[in-house]
Amino acid sequence: MLDILMIEDEPNIAEAVRFILTREGWQVGLHPDGLGGIEAIRSEKPRLVILDVMLPHRSGTEILAELRGDHDPGLAATPVLMLTARGQASLSLPQADAVLAKPFANDELRAMVRRMLN
Amino acid sequence: MKQHGSRILTGTRIRERRLALSRRQADVARAAGISAAYLNLIEHNHRPVGDHLVLRLAAALDVSAAELAEGREEALIAALREAAVRLPDDAAPEVDQAPELLARFPGWAGAVIALARRADALERQLVTLSDRMTQDPYLLTTLHEVLSAVTSVRSTASILAEGGEIPPDWRARFHANLDADSLRLSSTAQALVAYLDSFDTQGAIFTPQEEVETWLAAGAPPVEGAGDLASDAARAMARVHLRQMEEDRAALPDDVLAAAAADPDPLRMAARLRVPLDLVMRRLAVLKPAGFESAGLLVCDGSGALTLRRPAPGFPLPRPGDACPLWPLFQALASPQTAIATLVEAPSGRRFRTLSLATRDQPLGAGGPVLTRAQMLILPDEAGSPARPDLLIGPACRICPRADCVARREPSILATA
Repeated sequence: MLDILMIEDEPNIAEAVRFILTREGWQVGLHPDGLGGIEAIRSEKPRLVILDVMLPHRSGTEILAELRGDHDPGLAATPVLMLTARGQASLSLPQADAVLAKPFANDELRAMVRRMLN
Repeated sequence: MKQHGSRILTGTRIRERRLALSRRQADVARAAGISAAYLNLIEHNHRPVGDHLVLRLAAALDVSAAELAEGREEALIAALREAAVRLPDDAAPEVDQAPELLARFPGWAGAVIALARRADALERQLVTLSDRMTQDPYLLTTLHEVLSAVTSVRSTASILAEGGEIPPDWRARFHANLDADSLRLSSTAQALVAYLDSFDTQGAIFTPQEEVETWLAAGAPPVEGAGDLASDAARAMARVHLRQMEEDRAALPDDVLAAAAADPDPLRMAARLRVPLDLVMRRLAVLKPAGFESAGLLVCDGSGALTLRRPAPGFPLPRPGDACPLWPLFQALASPQTAIATLVEAPSGRRFRTLSLATRDQPLGAGGPVLTRAQMLILPDEAGSPARPDLLIGPACRICPRADCVARREPSILATA
């Protein structure tokens, strides 16, 4: 079972984040598109989802809303960390457990993920 | 009213000129062939001055008649009053003294008008730039691109700088990523600068709907070769408009409409001609027959999105994608097939008679979706109706100065008045 599933369309960001978090000892999976994002969460059942807001084909907020409405209460309650390019102040994401604004410091990412997984 | 305002100014100017020459009222009056008492009334703007008398007074005062009764006065007074209307509530200029100000201190009056016009121009530029910054899809996409590249560079560079064990293949990959992202940043930044430079071009068109509206304003020339229609989307939209206009014209020919337009009420026009009201409204906005020369038309779909904007002079219109929620156009959506006549007032103080109507259609039959469309015919209230306006409207919240509007959904970027 994955610790973290990251849904992010920017491959270089995804690679960097995966490396940072893998080095911390977590198992990280990647999904590159909004399309199929909810299916990836359902099949992988990760402990944490890192979800970009602006994704091709399907936005992160749509995926989050569908996840929260899932008939499996355990899956619906999966902690979600949203990555946003818009900044936390201008975007209201009440269904997310945490929001991280791009660009972020690696320490900030590690601390947030550690807090959410523990 | 116009005549009166003009003559008031002329009287004041006659007095100013006489005093400047240090001449007595009686002398000037005698030279002009009138009594001193009558000249006194003229100078204090209590009597009108006919054209012949202006000529005689001008000769007596050794000045040209044009200088005493200049034709541009009314426009200048209107400009002064308009400048006063736009001031904040706590500023209370003596609007009724605008003619006096112009006559006695033409230099200062000119300065006020010039400043007001400059403020208007800057406001328009601010709105244009603000629209671009917040709604321009190219700009949003480009900035997102920049942010993504910066995020990648920052995370990757930190990985390399933090030290620790990095397998050689990963290290090589990160270096390659840094190289690619820095290249991406460089080219995107150049494109962004070039794009921002283009902001200097006033009134640039950048959405297909704006292209179509410009094309319509130019008289809807043939789509092929129309310079205003730069995009495929705009050309496709223009063809749809052309088809609709041709169908409308066949259903209500120019000569029939022009004859019917003697009646200022579009509802009565539609009833007498036995045609739908929405057709009459569209045709009035296109043909603009006598009595409807300044007609404008707004059309929206069931979601409230504006699909066509034919501007009426002075009616405050924002960029596509934005609107004032108080426009009667949107009220019509809630009560289809019922015409709503509303007298509205813009922030500039100008009033407009509006007629709004929503229609419903099921083009795919009874089982298909119901499509709602609303139209609002806009006519300047040139008669100056004494009634209070039914509604105080604006262009759109972001560029509307009505600070205490109950329908406000976001703060204005303009100074509130």
